[in-house]
Amino acid sequence: METITVSKEQLHDEARRLRYEESYNFLIDIVGMDYGDSLGAIYYLSPSQKPEQVVALKTSTTNREQPELFSVCDLWDSASVYEREVYDFFGIRFVNHPDMRRIFLRHDWKGFPLRKDYDADPAINPVPLESERIEDMERVPSITIKMGERVEETHQAFADGDYVVNFGPQHPAMHGVLHLRVSLDGEVIKKIDPVFGYIHRGIEKMCESYTYPQILHLTDRLDYLSGTMNRHAVCLCCEKALEVEVPERAHYIRTIFDELTRIASHLLGWGCMCMDMGSITAFVYGMRDREKIMDIFEESSGGRLMPAYATIGGLAQDIHPNFQKKVKEFIPYMRKMLKEHHLLFTGNPIARGRMEGIGHLSREKAIALGATGPSGRASGWHNDIRKVEPYAAYAKVNFEEVLRPGGLTFDRYIIRLDEIEQSLRIIEQLVDNIPAEGGYAAKTKAVIKLPEGDFFQRVENARGQFGVHITSRGDKTPYRVKFRSPCLTLVGALKAIAPDTKVADLIMLGASLDYVIPCIDR
Amino acid sequence: MFSFSTVTQWIDDLLRQGLCDELVLLVEFILIGFALLAAYAVFALVLIYMERRVCAFMQCRLGPNRVGPFGIFQTVADMVKILLKELIHINRADHFLFRLAAFLVIVASVGTFGALPFAKGLQAVDFNMGVFYLLAVSSLGVVGILLAGWSSNSKYTMIGAMRSGAQLISYELSCGLSLLAIVVLAGTMQLSEIVEMQADGWFIFKGHVPAVIAFVCYLIAGHAETNRGPFDLPEAESELTAGYHTEYSGIQFGFFYLAEYLNMFIIAAIAATIFLGWWMPLHVPGWEGFNGAMDYIPSAVWFLGKTFFCVFLQLWVRWSFPRLRIDQLLKLEWKILMPICLINILLMAIIVAL
Repeated sequence: METITVSKEQLHDEARRLRYEESYNFLIDIVGMDYGDSLGAIYYLSPSQKPEQVVALKTSTTNREQPELFSVCDLWDSASVYEREVYDFFGIRFVNHPDMRRIFLRHDWKGFPLRKDYDADPAINPVPLESERIEDMERVPSITIKMGERVEETHQAFADGDYVVNFGPQHPAMHGVLHLRVSLDGEVIKKIDPVFGYIHRGIEKMCESYTYPQILHLTDRLDYLSGTMNRHAVCLCCEKALEVEVPERAHYIRTIFDELTRIASHLLGWGCMCMDMGSITAFVYGMRDREKIMDIFEESSGGRLMPAYATIGGLAQDIHPNFQKKVKEFIPYMRKMLKEHHLLFTGNPIARGRMEGIGHLSREKAIALGATGPSGRASGWHNDIRKVEPYAAYAKVNFEEVLRPGGLTFDRYIIRLDEIEQSLRIIEQLVDNIPAEGGYAAKTKAVIKLPEGDFFQRVENARGQFGVHITSRGDKTPYRVKFRSPCLTLVGALKAIAPDTKVADLIMLGASLDYVIPCIDR
Repeated sequence: MFSFSTVTQWIDDLLRQGLCDELVLLVEFILIGFALLAAYAVFALVLIYMERRVCAFMQCRLGPNRVGPFGIFQTVADMVKILLKELIHINRADHFLFRLAAFLVIVASVGTFGALPFAKGLQAVDFNMGVFYLLAVSSLGVVGILLAGWSSNSKYTMIGAMRSGAQLISYELSCGLSLLAIVVLAGTMQLSEIVEMQADGWFIFKGHVPAVIAFVCYLIAGHAETNRGPFDLPEAESELTAGYHTEYSGIQFGFFYLAEYLNMFIIAAIAATIFLGWWMPLHVPGWEGFNGAMDYIPSAVWFLGKTFFCVFLQLWVRWSFPRLRIDQLLKLEWKILMPICLINILLMAIIVAL
């Protein structure tokens, strides 16, 4: 990976050059950093034409009291949420960013928790015991440079006369604790303001005091529906750093587990989307088929939702003797049930009427927003990490990366069912050929210490590109861990496509993007 | 065929032996009121149980199966629970209207229920404009729903109530127009006469194509009247949590819940009455033996059988289809159903004239 280091004054010019002259149009992630004497940020960029190419743009500022960087919101749409996150955790304010609110922590939180000199004393930030006015939380500060002059201002997120309805944090359609503040004109949506952080657990901060094998258990809790893949990403990242040779057997089994997880996740995503459109029966059907996968997981690993199966160097234990038989039984069963799902819902005229022509997300917009995964592929964006930089056993199997040019809700709906079929193909090719020799795990040291440096690894989880950035200083705990959440950008996509649709569509669009809240909040 | 009028006549005679006319009427009113309310509650319990079992069957589940044999006492237990629940006080709600709304909804539904005949001779009132009465009273419920949405002081309920207003008033048209087609055929609005005319064949068979069209239109529009999926926009649990009754709790919520199920029954009962010959057994002209055998089946069984068949149709639709969007819902009514119903009446008139 190429690394470019620039001073904070040159940051915006260099970013602009990369964006427009070298067409790095996909901002993968911004990683805030506390180097001790300075604060900084790492921008991971990739061009959509050559998705395997990644460049890290580094910058830093020595001002720890009033750190400021120039915003790159104008170059990449997805930067707006990432920069808010950096501000929230490191206190770096971004000039020309229109919305410099905290993103996960409370608006009145004191201190910036991922700084190394942060004081975690609970007396500084006591639990508030009184109900608060939401208007106070919606003051949006911003710093802009207008005609060479620095202007600091605040405005309200919503205008006075707006009819603002809360969707969440407790709401049947939110699949978790996301809070959408939605202003309506009758049934039509005017503006959405997502409020995050209700399930923020500070996982990245926790990682800094955990050893590497302990961190693995936190990854399952990010996006709990693709926990296996998230865990896989951290394992791959550590293995890359340690230069451990993982046995082929472990690679095969990990790949099968990943694909089974993907099927389970897509089934749930499909079911939830149907339920959000009012078809509860479809949801139960999805859950029923998902149960088979959970049973397979349980037999081999002991866990159902979170198998906790991959470890650094291989797997926690070998597969159960029944594993291959059960998986082979599952494949034809799932194919049969897919037909039933299409019969029940895809062909339904009401369902088609609801989905068609709504929620258009163009390819350019998807890239700018960083909406990866099935949602991006439904807009025709080739971004499947399994194809781009094949890991584990993906290079050894034939499968199609399903792309749809439409970018409409129906494309995002159908692409998940099509991906289930492709996942079945992958499993079919692997399950009979799991190598018997080599054992299921490589030997690693009792205390794992990563060598000094920055490590970055991407995998394709059920919702998109899941990235792990680890900065190590050679200790048994990492210096900084950052997870690239595919779901955070999907909420950004919702914000972009929902205006001018109806309330009923908002719920459906949210379900079609299929975000998982703990993955957003981390 | 056994007529329940012998029983009711016997009670009437018995009362008249000891009481003056006014008191007889009063006692009979009270008796009928109690009987209707009891029947209302029992039907609601049966319907809720039925819905749970049918829905479970469609979703590869078992449904309630622990309380009593086959779980039949589950709904009774739930009813006791809902009676004991706390009524939550809503801040800054309009409390008078808030309480009134729940009553209005249930009154509209009981009012319609009262006019239904449950078997031959078992009918509280036989109006000469029965069809008109059924339509008029059943549409009163929308007032209750609008009030509930308005008085709750909540945005979800407000949106739900507005949707409901648009939906119920629109679909009332198709409901009325499709029933009107049969009124044109029958030439009367009196329910008992409509039934008598179906002695030699139900209207759905006698009325040629227009009757079938009217039947289908009525089922769709009637289903929309009950606010159940795919027309459950006013409640739309995935969008508006519970729509117009989000803020209700305890037995006040129970009223909405009961009314919803009974409305389903009422719609099915009207469909059974007007199109499927009410309690009239299946008669085929010329097949004397068959007709005789059919007559041995009690009239109450015929009525309930037909009604629950229509209820089953509604459940089937409810648990298979996703929800419409508000603009699609109104388009379906104003651009598709209503024109069909209007043309259908014309067709029916031509057939009757010929």
